Amino acid sequence: MDKVIFRIKKGTPEKWEYKEYEVPVENGTTILDALYYIRDNIDRTLSFRASCRMEVCGSCAIMVNNFPRTACSTQIKTIGKKVITLEPLAGYKWIRDLVVDFDEFFKKHESVKPYLVRKDNPEGQLLQSPEQLAKYKQFTLCIKCGACLAACPVAVSDPFYLGPAALAAAYRFNADSRDQGKNLRLAVVSDAEGCWRCHFSSECSEACPKDIDPAGAIQKLKVQAAGYELKRFFHLGVKD
Amino acid sequence: MEKIKADLLILGAGLAGLRAAISAAETDKNIKIAVISKLFFLRSHSVAAEGGTAAVLYEGDSYDLHAYDTIKGSDYLADQDAVELFVRTMPKEILDLDHWGCPWSRFPDGRIAQRPFGGHSFPRATYAADRTGFHALHTLYERMLVYENIERYQEYFVTSFIINKEGFSGLTAINMKNGEFVLFQGKALIIATGGLGRLYSFTTYSHTVTGDGAAMALKAGMQLKDMEFIQFHPTGIVPSGILITEGARGEGGYLLNNKNERFMQRYAPQKMELAPRDVVSRSMMWEIQEGRGFTGPWGPYLLLDLRHLGDEKIKERLPAIRDIALKFNGIDPKDEPLPVRPAAHYTMGGIHADNDTQTPVKGVFTAGEASCISIHGANRLGSNSTAECLVFGDISGRNAALYVKDAKMNDIDMDKVKAEENRIYVDAFKERGSETVPMLRRELNNTMQEKVGIFRNEKDLMDALKTVKSLQERFRNVYVEDKVMEYNTNLFTYLELDNLLEVAEVVILGAIARKESRGAHYRTDYPKRDDVNWMKHTIAQKVNGEVVLSYIPVRTTKWKPEERKY
Repeated sequence: MDKVIFRIKKGTPEKWEYKEYEVPVENGTTILDALYYIRDNIDRTLSFRASCRMEVCGSCAIMVNNFPRTACSTQIKTIGKKVITLEPLAGYKWIRDLVVDFDEFFKKHESVKPYLVRKDNPEGQLLQSPEQLAKYKQFTLCIKCGACLAACPVAVSDPFYLGPAALAAAYRFNADSRDQGKNLRLAVVSDAEGCWRCHFSSECSEACPKDIDPAGAIQKLKVQAAGYELKRFFHLGVKD
Repeated sequence: MEKIKADLLILGAGLAGLRAAISAAETDKNIKIAVISKLFFLRSHSVAAEGGTAAVLYEGDSYDLHAYDTIKGSDYLADQDAVELFVRTMPKEILDLDHWGCPWSRFPDGRIAQRPFGGHSFPRATYAADRTGFHALHTLYERMLVYENIERYQEYFVTSFIINKEGFSGLTAINMKNGEFVLFQGKALIIATGGLGRLYSFTTYSHTVTGDGAAMALKAGMQLKDMEFIQFHPTGIVPSGILITEGARGEGGYLLNNKNERFMQRYAPQKMELAPRDVVSRSMMWEIQEGRGFTGPWGPYLLLDLRHLGDEKIKERLPAIRDIALKFNGIDPKDEPLPVRPAAHYTMGGIHADNDTQTPVKGVFTAGEASCISIHGANRLGSNSTAECLVFGDISGRNAALYVKDAKMNDIDMDKVKAEENRIYVDAFKERGSETVPMLRRELNNTMQEKVGIFRNEKDLMDALKTVKSLQERFRNVYVEDKVMEYNTNLFTYLELDNLLEVAEVVILGAIARKESRGAHYRTDYPKRDDVNWMKHTIAQKVNGEVVLSYIPVRTTKWKPEERKY
């Protein structure tokens, strides 16, 4: 069985160091398996978040050799390195070891009004064709792991930028045929810290474990936001 | 010590907890609601539910049919009036989720799509691809953001319920971020903490599902019901145990043995792969026992073959399964069958409650997997659990909101709070012994897996009880080695292990006592169902520190017990 050395940033902002742990690795062993191995067999004080271990709960994103990944779905062998460095997600307030503060991330998500808005009180099914569903479907797959934000050069340097996850969530609802709250969201995302901050470097889409394209969503949002701003400028009946 | 007050406390933020929060907020916008979870809400295990949510929506289906399927599936241990309430309420829940933005899969004409599921005689599993629980939970979370009277306490680890003669008064908790002790005071509590599947080593459950709610309820003197019934899902992928949805068989997947036979022919010639889970899981174990399984480095397995569905159908209907197979096993299901084995998946039992979700303790309600209402009896049908969370989450939220309107805050027994603070911050950290959390947990997992699994017998169960009793003793030699209070996972896993040891005993005691085979509880020494003596619910309660069992009758309406054939 092969051995891999994990260098892990361990401690709190006041006092920390990189600690090394040797882990046996075979085909199929994930980074999360390695973290559990270390905690169960070497160092019970290692702290990290994890839950579903099937890349659907979004708990376990960390920096793996300086790239944000969900630990549970990252095979160690595919990285092809004998030494792997694990650090907390970049661009977040660090709590300890591999755990960062997600409060701001979720506040940003909430700020774009990521929920279906209806002005009426519907009774039966809101019919939606498979084609209409396909328009926004990929953006519903976001597991809120936060990897995109850690990969985004703007987000890691500007704590006020809404970031790819929140903006993609805004687009997800704006593109949903059942929704009636597009302008509410455009009012938020057309702000200076909204979609216009995006440089379209597309690092977010590279990092997304679910193969979502938040960078693409943001560009579409820019088109919507431009239209919204123009209409607002000419007072063309934008209420909401 | 921080003190937080709210009218209604909701513990757990999976489907049941969040549905309850929304329902309570809609019932009364003037009450303060606190939702508390040891996880960020979107990390709850509900996200792992894949295949569908059962509801009667269309012509050809009926409430009676859904009820009958559920009751037959339960091996006649479900309370039939609860099942009727459940099936009638469910369609509205699908519509609510639709109105709140759930990306349901659609038929070509735009209507919400449904597909076949095990044990259901109509294709009523309403689905959002094969990520139904994930989408339903995200939809509820998003909807919850609309209500201003819902406060969110994420990553608060609740450690005990404070209940006195007057009823519920509060919860003690740890703020996980900084390790500080927190006291929640409320007029009512809804327990929605999910199941206890991490008792087992081969399981579909998230790492965080550790029976916390049931354990704390037991410690607080509350009643647990039917805890011996643990569901094993036929298709946990080997070696990780990650769930491969029953929807894979619903869409036409085959189960094959090493002779390339669809072996379900032998056990359930009509329903084949879509027989209920207890039947399919047992059949798989028999195949393995009789040498018709495959052997691999991670134990025996059988095959789930999806190749004949074709790439297009797999990508459209089962994208998450494809993703899981590719990412975790390096297998593309269009080219190769998946290695599977039954895995611990669902807890039929739970905290005893009536159809209004009210427990016998004043001010305490419960919903979802943590509860036992009971609609699943001895075996739950696939797609009935996400449905249960919605229906009874809704009912619990409404009833609790109505309850707190006229209720008063009970005084908190501060001696209990002090004792709990002492248990966590002094006792748990006191250095002693050489035993560790992972050592004991591994032993517990192996014991439960080997001796309290799909096939049970008196000797194994007695052995398991002895082991668990000794683990409970040895737990006193375990302590928290990590002295840093920020996000101290060593402490949380210590508390979770305590909870697991607490509930393991109840599962085993119930299984020893129940000398019959019903649903998921299969005794090789009593292989027949015994309606004369055992068509009754097990109630477990701690009296003077000892678990005591008693029994209550099953409530029947119009369905008479019959032999289960599929």
